[in-house]
Amino acid sequence: CKYKQQKDRDRQKEKHTERNRTEGILGCHPEIYPLVLTTKTQEIFNCRIDEDFTDEMPYKIIKKEDIFEDLRNRAAVSDFHPVKKVIQEYPGNELLLVYDKDFKYGLNFYIIGTEEGKENYLNASEVQEDQEEYKEFIPEEIYTYIPPVSKPWVSLGSEKEIEEESVKKSTKQVTYMISRKRSEFGAPITFRDQNASSVKDAYIECTAYPDKNFTLKQLEKNVGMQAVPQVQDTSTQTKWTYPKNASTQYYAREFSEEEKERLGQSKSLTDFLNNVSTSVEIALQQNEITNLFIDDWKSLAEEEGTFGDKTNTHLKEYQSFTDLHSQMEKMITCVSWHPTIYGLIVVSVAVRLSFEERVHFSGRLLLQPSLILFWSFSDPIHPQLMLESPDDIFCFKFCPSDPNIIAGGCINGQIVLWDITTYADRIESTKADGGGNKKTTLKPMFLLEPDGNKEATYIRHCAVSSIESGHRSVITDIHWLADTFEINRFGSVFENRNEICCQLVTCSADCTICFWDIRPLKTLTPTLPTEKKKEESIEIPFDVPSTFLHLDLSWKPLTRLSKGETNLDHCPTKISLSEEQLLYKISDKLLDQTKVTEVNLYHNLEAGLANLLKPIDDFCTKFFVGTEEGEVIYTDWKMEKDPDTGRMMAKKPKSLYSVHDGPVHTVQRSPFYNDIILTVGGWNVAIWKEGVMSGPLLQTCCAAKRYTAGHWSLTRPGVFYIGREDGYIDVWDLLEKTHEPAQSQNICITMITYIEPWTFSAKQQFIAIADYYGTLHILEIPWTLSHPSTNEVSSVNYYFEREVKHLEYVEQRRSIREQEKKEMELEMEKRKHKTHHKSKEQMEAELKMDYESYLELEKITLIGLGLAKASETSHMEMM
Amino acid sequence: MTEVEETLKRIQSHKGVIGTMVVNAEGIPIRTTLDNSTTVQYAGLLHQLTIKAKSTIRDIDPQNDLTFLRIRSKKHEIMVAPDKEYLLIVIQNPCE
Repeated sequence: CKYKQQKDRDRQKEKHTERNRTEGILGCHPEIYPLVLTTKTQEIFNCRIDEDFTDEMPYKIIKKEDIFEDLRNRAAVSDFHPVKKVIQEYPGNELLLVYDKDFKYGLNFYIIGTEEGKENYLNASEVQEDQEEYKEFIPEEIYTYIPPVSKPWVSLGSEKEIEEESVKKSTKQVTYMISRKRSEFGAPITFRDQNASSVKDAYIECTAYPDKNFTLKQLEKNVGMQAVPQVQDTSTQTKWTYPKNASTQYYAREFSEEEKERLGQSKSLTDFLNNVSTSVEIALQQNEITNLFIDDWKSLAEEEGTFGDKTNTHLKEYQSFTDLHSQMEKMITCVSWHPTIYGLIVVSVAVRLSFEERVHFSGRLLLQPSLILFWSFSDPIHPQLMLESPDDIFCFKFCPSDPNIIAGGCINGQIVLWDITTYADRIESTKADGGGNKKTTLKPMFLLEPDGNKEATYIRHCAVSSIESGHRSVITDIHWLADTFEINRFGSVFENRNEICCQLVTCSADCTICFWDIRPLKTLTPTLPTEKKKEESIEIPFDVPSTFLHLDLSWKPLTRLSKGETNLDHCPTKISLSEEQLLYKISDKLLDQTKVTEVNLYHNLEAGLANLLKPIDDFCTKFFVGTEEGEVIYTDWKMEKDPDTGRMMAKKPKSLYSVHDGPVHTVQRSPFYNDIILTVGGWNVAIWKEGVMSGPLLQTCCAAKRYTAGHWSLTRPGVFYIGREDGYIDVWDLLEKTHEPAQSQNICITMITYIEPWTFSAKQQFIAIADYYGTLHILEIPWTLSHPSTNEVSSVNYYFEREVKHLEYVEQRRSIREQEKKEMELEMEKRKHKTHHKSKEQMEAELKMDYESYLELEKITLIGLGLAKASETSHMEMM
Repeated sequence: MTEVEETLKRIQSHKGVIGTMVVNAEGIPIRTTLDNSTTVQYAGLLHQLTIKAKSTIRDIDPQNDLTFLRIRSKKHEIMVAPDKEYLLIVIQNPCE
């Protein structure tokens, strides 16, 4: 490009100079044609520069013909070639050639093209001198315009600048010739990517680098500030969701009472109902007749999908526990499964001695700790926990609200409370052990040390009841009252705001039933400081929790029901409270008001004393009691005011039945029906229904062996287990047969003292059987005994209803029989009387009739004889 | 007792009937034997269902009309007798 420009410029300059030359010259002297004559030409025409031309005569006359000859000879090479045309047009014969020494017209020679010019020149050279002289004498009178004569260019050094500025090609231009195959022209172009870094030297990088020269540190800055609220705009492209109601809160439209009345009276409604009621009644009756949608096939079949062998109906031995460390022979008095932890079973053991033997060995017995043992499935040798009590425990129960609290009844009449919250994690962890470690190595007996793997800890009891004011004889049964209600001193029922079980009921062989409250009593009188000191001086072992400290040794029963009021000494052995009492739910409104924090309420029992509690009306305060004499008593705990003395007294029992021949050791409600109770005692079993006063629904005939334990099945409504004194378990199924047990199985060699089944899962159900020799057997209940058949609940219910009806019928029949008997007697009586009366009257009537008939006969005869006429007859009658 | 009461009582005394209610054309209960919240719920829902059922029948055949609607569920059967202005709803437990 540069080169091109230079070229152009050169050309232009040449042109310009040429033009300038021609124009300039032609402007003033159009007849002058500058020429360049080479030495050759100069020689030909004898116009050599220095020889032929002088200063005075710098011109020469050349003949036209000579020029033409030269032109012919030398053609283009001739110097006259450029002015060839001028010469041809020249009118004259001789041309004037002037040697331009000064390069006035640009070149060293010039030709004058016209005659006049020639003349002028010739004259001018002569005149020039004259003119100069002339000029001296006439000083500027007339300004004659002299057009500027182009002077020869004087170099002032600008040519150097121009040369500097001018662009010249420094190097030769490189020409490339690129050829391509014709066929490739117009072919579609395919481009391909190539990474510049893949080809070596394909690119030259000019990496940026921080140049310190260009970093300026601004030391001062002038900034304007304004406090504005922080605003942040964010936007995101989202799916457009149209607004739609997430929820609506509304009230349903209702009519007011007047409107309802008005509408109810309107004729249209009456007509509508008349029209519609027929079809509705037809539909209702259709449903009453038959259930259209019942699937007969389905309801015919029994439930399939058994998990075990259906033929196996026996209880399978699973595990057994014995306390090997006790010195004296023990028997198990009470068994309970831990309510929450799997595989933990708790037994209470007592020495196997009769009363005289106890007295005899009383010294030795004092050294023996009386224990409640916690057995876990994972460890059959060592009990997990051992709870210590002052004397042998005959019954105990876990608190339903808190499985870490256990209440037990002693042989000496004391109630003992334990709080094992601190040891709870120890027994919890046994669950994990049992699951993971199946291979518990059983060490042989002689290697066993008393301590073994785990330390045998005796957990001391928390509190015992007061000896003077408690029971005086062995406590035979203990129950926790439900957490929904509580009772006061007079037996009235109030709602329980604590939501925990805080009351107990016990019965003992001293013929009393006591209600206990585990909360601290509100003392009406301020305690004297001396008394306080006394209490404080009692040292408490450090490892005993202070949950029930307020009760220790000072616990008195809340209220006491003595059976002695009924003129008969009943020794209650077992009591059974109704389910309603155990599961009564208070209304939600009250629950909201009594929201308690997560504090363990048993450690904060003070909070539970509220004065104003709402009494619960129509609460069933009746319960069943089984006694040692074999009676079943249905009585009420609510006290009533005795009209004579004005004191609150226990009511008389509602009903009393003597059905058993021995002490009643089981009084239990069915888990399926609230009002069905099972009582076992002596040699027979009885089933009762609450409310049916005439007698038991079912009373089995006397068995060969004494029954010593009993329990309902937890899952099958018609099944219960009875333990015998010879170590057999009788399984009764009410749907199968009611005159004898459905099956019998031998468990151990000695008397069974306690039966307790427990359900862990749908597949696993265990039954714990305790015997007289202190061994606890755990057996697994097979599928058939644990899973109810379809509609078993309703079938058993139906059976009970039938029995009730049967009883009613028996009653009716009895009353009818009584009635009949009475009637028969009356009849007999009446008959005796009536015969007398009847004969007397009859005779009189007969006589009268005879007489009348005689009179008639007389009349007829007389008329027949003609002796008397009709009128005479009347005369005779008068006679 | 008025006729209305008599009829309703008669229907209510059928075996297995849990509740009876009379609802107007807008779904507002007029007479009921159940508690208020249940009534309002049943009335609202069944009223809409009846309208839907009615329109279904009419769509299929414009000359047809809904005379009775019975809904059988696992636990009970709901019977709805519609009319121009009112709706009679009866809930019955068909099994023993």
